[in-house]
Amino acid sequence: MSVSNKILPTLSFILLIALWQGLAVFINDNTLPTPIVVLTVFWQEIQSGQLPHHLGITLLRLIASFSIAMLLGCAIGIALGRNQKLDAFFDNWLVIFLNTPALVTIILCYVWFGLIESAAILAVVINKLPNVIVTIREGTKALDRDLLEMARCYHFSKKKTFLHVIWPQLHPFVMAATRSGLALIWKIILVVELLGRSDGMGYQLHLFFQLFDVASILAYTAAFIAVIQAIEVLILKPLDKKALRWKR
Amino acid sequence: MSDIYINIKNKTYSTSDDRQHTAISDLQLTLPENQFVCLVGPSGCGKTTLLNIIANLDTEFQGEIALGLNHNKPNIGYIFQNPRLLPWRTVRENIELALNSPQPDIIDSLLEAMQLSSIQHSYPEHLSLGMSRRIAIIRAFAINPDILLMDEPFVSLDAPTARQVRSLLIKLWQQRPHTILFVTHDLREAIALADKLVFLSASPMSVVSEVKVTIPRADRDNEEKIESFRQQLLTQHPEIKQLL
Repeated sequence: MSVSNKILPTLSFILLIALWQGLAVFINDNTLPTPIVVLTVFWQEIQSGQLPHHLGITLLRLIASFSIAMLLGCAIGIALGRNQKLDAFFDNWLVIFLNTPALVTIILCYVWFGLIESAAILAVVINKLPNVIVTIREGTKALDRDLLEMARCYHFSKKKTFLHVIWPQLHPFVMAATRSGLALIWKIILVVELLGRSDGMGYQLHLFFQLFDVASILAYTAAFIAVIQAIEVLILKPLDKKALRWKR
Repeated sequence: MSDIYINIKNKTYSTSDDRQHTAISDLQLTLPENQFVCLVGPSGCGKTTLLNIIANLDTEFQGEIALGLNHNKPNIGYIFQNPRLLPWRTVRENIELALNSPQPDIIDSLLEAMQLSSIQHSYPEHLSLGMSRRIAIIRAFAINPDILLMDEPFVSLDAPTARQVRSLLIKLWQQRPHTILFVTHDLREAIALADKLVFLSASPMSVVSEVKVTIPRADRDNEEKIESFRQQLLTQHPEIKQLL
């Protein structure tokens, strides 16, 4: 990467903050606090332990629902991709679940199972699962038949075939499902918390909304974006780099 | 291990408009033990289908394949038309994966014979096609096959590289003899390599004639001898001209 390529994103970020500052000074109203006010609130919330507590709880819910959705989704997606009849049979189900609004699933889960933790997690999983299944199913359908034949001819065991022939081909699809999944789950989790939990980011944002506390809302949003960026830079990018090192 | 008998009564497949197309009909072939047999026929005549049947990748046919083995999991080395290496595994890993147990000495000696020791930790995408083909050959030899199937493995290689890989192949085969079935539509290549030539007709495929190559192994890189054998072959068997 050349120097200008490194500087450009920083410059654009500074410009965004400057625009925000200018606009906030110009409007001069509580509904749009300046970046400095937001930063102050952010720092206070961290020191009081409120922000880390609620962010932590939301993160735990994210990890739980994301892991369940990815594991189940990969298994079902591979099964559907490998078996045409199974795929034809369950295709309708997928379409129905894909098109059910997230809010409906959340309300139904709370109504049927009560305002409990597992209902919250289940609601998120049900919302995410069809996306993972469809992505992995398409990836499985696109598997290279030549390589699978080679594996059969050379008596690869099932485990060997999966680890060395199938999984590397699914990697881009799994990463796509991961990235779109994280973005989707973040958004749904907040609604889930807003509707039926008494902690987490969603609950807190709802509280701030009732108090018209925009500075806190923005401070929590900033923490939120920072965590997602950290996951991308610290976990996903290195994973990609390691898995794709064979590419020209 | 003894001779290999192939008897395919009928092999059909359905085309995209749902019609049945007969690919192979009434094909009988004997591959003598440890001989190098070349299948020569026009492109698209079903040679790859035949190899897939022998390799047990294609089981939808009528007839039988007797590999003459006393175990039921034959070690078949198959060198496909494309090298079919796993691009996300290194050269060495690609060879190791084909083996049931780690045999570093065998891999080392084969890599050395094919002059590829220096690139054993590279990924296939970084290599030329000629190198990838040689790796595919090593992978097939490494499993110490009962039978080796080769599907036009030298197509699209430039002449000097093809010649080099061909002589390496013969060297390896002479060190560890086994039956080889080699598909090509290049008659000169077939004469240079084979003990026996089998000429095949196009759809449905069947055997037109079988010819023994009488040129001694030592003279196989003498192009004049190959050419005179070819001329003689075409005069004696005018029926094969249309197959080339």
